[in-house]
Amino acid sequence: MTVTASAREIRPPVQRWLLVWAAALAAVLVVFLLQERLPWAVNYPTDAVIPVADWVSTLMRWIKTNFSWLTRSITAVLGVPLDFALNLLAKNFKIGHGADAYVLPRLSWVGVCAAAFIAGHAAGGRKLGLLVGGCFLYIALFGQWTSAMLTLALISIAVPFCIVTGLFAGIWAWRKPWAEKLIVSPALDLMQTIPTFAYLIPMLLLFGNSPVSAMIATAIFATPPMVRATMLGLSRVPSEIDDFSEMAGCTARQKLWRVLLPSARPTLMVGVNQVIMLALNMVIIASMIGAGGLGYDVLLALRALKVGEAMEAGLAIVALAIALDRLSQAIARKQAKGHVHQEANQSFWRRYPNLSLAIVILIVTTLLGLFVPAFAAVPKAITFTTAPLWKAAVSWVTINFFDVIEAFRVALILNVLNPLRAFCEGFPWLGAVALLGLAGYQLGGLRLAALVAALTAFCAVTGLWEKTMATVYLCGISAFIACLIGIPIGLMAARSDRFEKIVTPIIDTLQVLPSFCFIIPVVMLFRVGDVTAMIATVAFAVVPAIRYTNHGIRQVPPALIEAAKVSGCTPRQTFFRVQLPLALPEIMLGVNQTILMALAMIIICAMVGTRDLGQEVFIALSKADSGRGIVAGLAIAFIGIVADRLFNAWTAKARARLG
Amino acid sequence: MTEATEPQAAGAPKDARPIKLACRNVWKLFGSGAANFIRERDGKASMADIAAAGLVGAVRAVDLEIRQGEIFIIMGLSGSGKSTLVRCMSRLVEPTHGKVEFEGNDLLKISDAALIELRRHRMGMVFQNFALLPHLNVLDNIAFPLSIQGQDRPTREARAREVIELVGLRGREHFYPRELSGGQQQRVGIARSLATKPEIWFLDEPFSALDPLIRREMQDELMRLQTMLHKTIVFITHDFDEAIRLADRVAIMKDGEVIQIGTPEQLVVNPATDYVAEFTRDVDRAKVISARSLMRALDGSEHGGTVSPEAKIASFSASIVASGKPFAVVNGTGKPIGEVTPQAVIELLAGIDRPRAST
Repeated sequence: MTVTASAREIRPPVQRWLLVWAAALAAVLVVFLLQERLPWAVNYPTDAVIPVADWVSTLMRWIKTNFSWLTRSITAVLGVPLDFALNLLAKNFKIGHGADAYVLPRLSWVGVCAAAFIAGHAAGGRKLGLLVGGCFLYIALFGQWTSAMLTLALISIAVPFCIVTGLFAGIWAWRKPWAEKLIVSPALDLMQTIPTFAYLIPMLLLFGNSPVSAMIATAIFATPPMVRATMLGLSRVPSEIDDFSEMAGCTARQKLWRVLLPSARPTLMVGVNQVIMLALNMVIIASMIGAGGLGYDVLLALRALKVGEAMEAGLAIVALAIALDRLSQAIARKQAKGHVHQEANQSFWRRYPNLSLAIVILIVTTLLGLFVPAFAAVPKAITFTTAPLWKAAVSWVTINFFDVIEAFRVALILNVLNPLRAFCEGFPWLGAVALLGLAGYQLGGLRLAALVAALTAFCAVTGLWEKTMATVYLCGISAFIACLIGIPIGLMAARSDRFEKIVTPIIDTLQVLPSFCFIIPVVMLFRVGDVTAMIATVAFAVVPAIRYTNHGIRQVPPALIEAAKVSGCTPRQTFFRVQLPLALPEIMLGVNQTILMALAMIIICAMVGTRDLGQEVFIALSKADSGRGIVAGLAIAFIGIVADRLFNAWTAKARARLG
Repeated sequence: MTEATEPQAAGAPKDARPIKLACRNVWKLFGSGAANFIRERDGKASMADIAAAGLVGAVRAVDLEIRQGEIFIIMGLSGSGKSTLVRCMSRLVEPTHGKVEFEGNDLLKISDAALIELRRHRMGMVFQNFALLPHLNVLDNIAFPLSIQGQDRPTREARAREVIELVGLRGREHFYPRELSGGQQQRVGIARSLATKPEIWFLDEPFSALDPLIRREMQDELMRLQTMLHKTIVFITHDFDEAIRLADRVAIMKDGEVIQIGTPEQLVVNPATDYVAEFTRDVDRAKVISARSLMRALDGSEHGGTVSPEAKIASFSASIVASGKPFAVVNGTGKPIGEVTPQAVIELLAGIDRPRAST
């Protein structure tokens, strides 16, 4: 009796939501159909556009004129270590001027490769040593050494900078909850959702076209994971260790630096790994504002449509990415496992045999380079290039499969992309604000509704509605396809250990590749346009869908599966009625990540000729129009934040229901 | 508050040792406005009042005195507030109301600097999950509290080696915590807390994370250390058997209140509430109850032997049953003050309850 009564009590709200949604959708449909009568509700009227872009431009100009002393001194200060690193790894030191300048050589490539091998060997055994050393050797032999070392030098200066800044910001946020809530968390969200391109514009304006401005952009982009890792690591230190430090009589400073941070070291190392990978990704993109290095090579080759060269430089980026990722991960894992005891009171040489050996090899080979040129620069005779090979391959594919590829491309554009695009671009902005606000209200209450509606409205009132919807359309369809591919793969991986073993290394590798690299092979086959952007985005964004689905299914407690089996579920029933519902929040988290990654990638695809907000930023970058670029960047960030908040609210609700 | 009295066993000497640590009406309430709530009520509130105000009472109206050199055990099930109480005593948790007196001085009034000083030199604490620093080896872990005080390396390492010797960890100095077993890790935790030569020693469920056999071994180890060191020990446990094995006195907590304080024997013989009685039911009474509690007045019958008033029944049950005659209970001067009959011992062993006041 009571059961039916309570069931009756619960039903009405659900029905009410259904009614509300039906009414809202009907209203939007009416507005959509009455486009002629209500143009202001569909396209935001141009004469009412708030000139945010102009304000930002004015502000930036003002900062530039009034703070040039500051930006110049920052450039000068940061330039010192950066130049040192660039000279050490890539350029050679020149002391003095003109013809009689004395040249100190850069580190020998032989030595660097050997040091990479030793580092890998020390962190993860012979296999890792061979992988890391092999990656460096590959870079050397394929003639990308100087470019790669330029990139590495930038990273090696940006990363410590990120780590220190991130550590202090994280400590501050951890100590002061208000700071975390009001300043750090929103700032991190914004920093991670603003597209990489948008960072470049103010940097270009303030610091000019130079490695220093590239480094600053890189540092800003790559710091958030360190802040988050610091906050997470500190909050995860067991409370007993906290209590212990109090009872031992630690002062606040002793407690932080001698107890909490060392105890949080494994988590901090995970942050360091992410910082390195993000820095690599950004350094490649920052080649547009003077970082040079591998990214610049790719950029030049792409602009000239030299597919082979682009591919070669791209592969060198891949090699560098894999080497750095595996190495830093192995070190992080070693930290997490903890130390192993050894005898006390040893000499430096005995205590750090690998480091000592690496230093000796570097010095010896570099000195040898003074006398034997083969040690100083990679001899031309032993390098080889694959560019013609790639070119031939592409030619062969285009000659033999042109019709098939072209038919696929045209069919996709005509039947799927264009209609969707037309629908999205014609979607009334007022309707979108209302519907998203409603969703926000249902999922997270009034505050979420207000946030979502305000952010959506921003895109419209700044006059970017059409471009926003173009972004949403391309991002949406790419994310959708990525999920369509990724979730089934994740499900299969969850059900078969063998399949998982095959998938894991592939997605691990996909994940470390800088976003640039995804464009190159697709451009070769599909030339420029929306299809290329879509395919590259799908390839880039598919990873979290696979990973989270697999993880979500696998983390369902075995006891529950046993319980299902004992109750007589068939494997099919177990899967659909127990595992899948329980894994749903986790899968949705993966979808959320997929959307955010797709958004980031779509923007970079502006390079291959999309017509959305990314293009807006790209154009602003080439014109150094800071206002336009920043506003478009913010609009992109807001799309990401809206999607993220709604998904998170939904996931939190689902989680709460599952307990 | 139910009964928290301390009935003195007949003739037992009054404890003359000085009070080391005392709680005077200590409260810890969680929730907003907790401090005002309890101050307005002058340090008195019922459970219903607290619930009505939307607060949670972790520790309520605790009064207790811990004497120098005794092992004082706070016993309670999880959620009874024992961990919070011990953290109030060391001010890891700031009590909402009341006084914590360390040698008569209110701990809650001293400055942060004085508190740090006090913790550095006079308090030590051992934790349930050891709380060892993962990045330091055994030697550095143990020397850590000393290095915090600014002692130089040779001094602190010499002291660390002394305590390593004391807890039997020699040869493991350069191992890292993860390389040690649970029992060894807790030995490190114990050594670390002893390195500063504390006067009062807080042990927060130190053996609860260990296997039963190792736990037993560590309890013996603790008793061995205590016979050498004579620390004032505040020991937290949820295991009544452990409490009985180790305690001079036990405080039993439930829902944040101390419901009875007494020697193990007093708890078994005179449980204040049904809750306490429930705990003591499965206890091996012969190991807890002393001759004094079981004796009756002399009635002139022949005696098969003599025992001291403090002797536990288990220590002479076999011989008294074998002899079949009552044993005389004699005090320190050899004067008989009563007798224990074989019948009474048999009834006790068989678990037949005979109402028998301890007075």
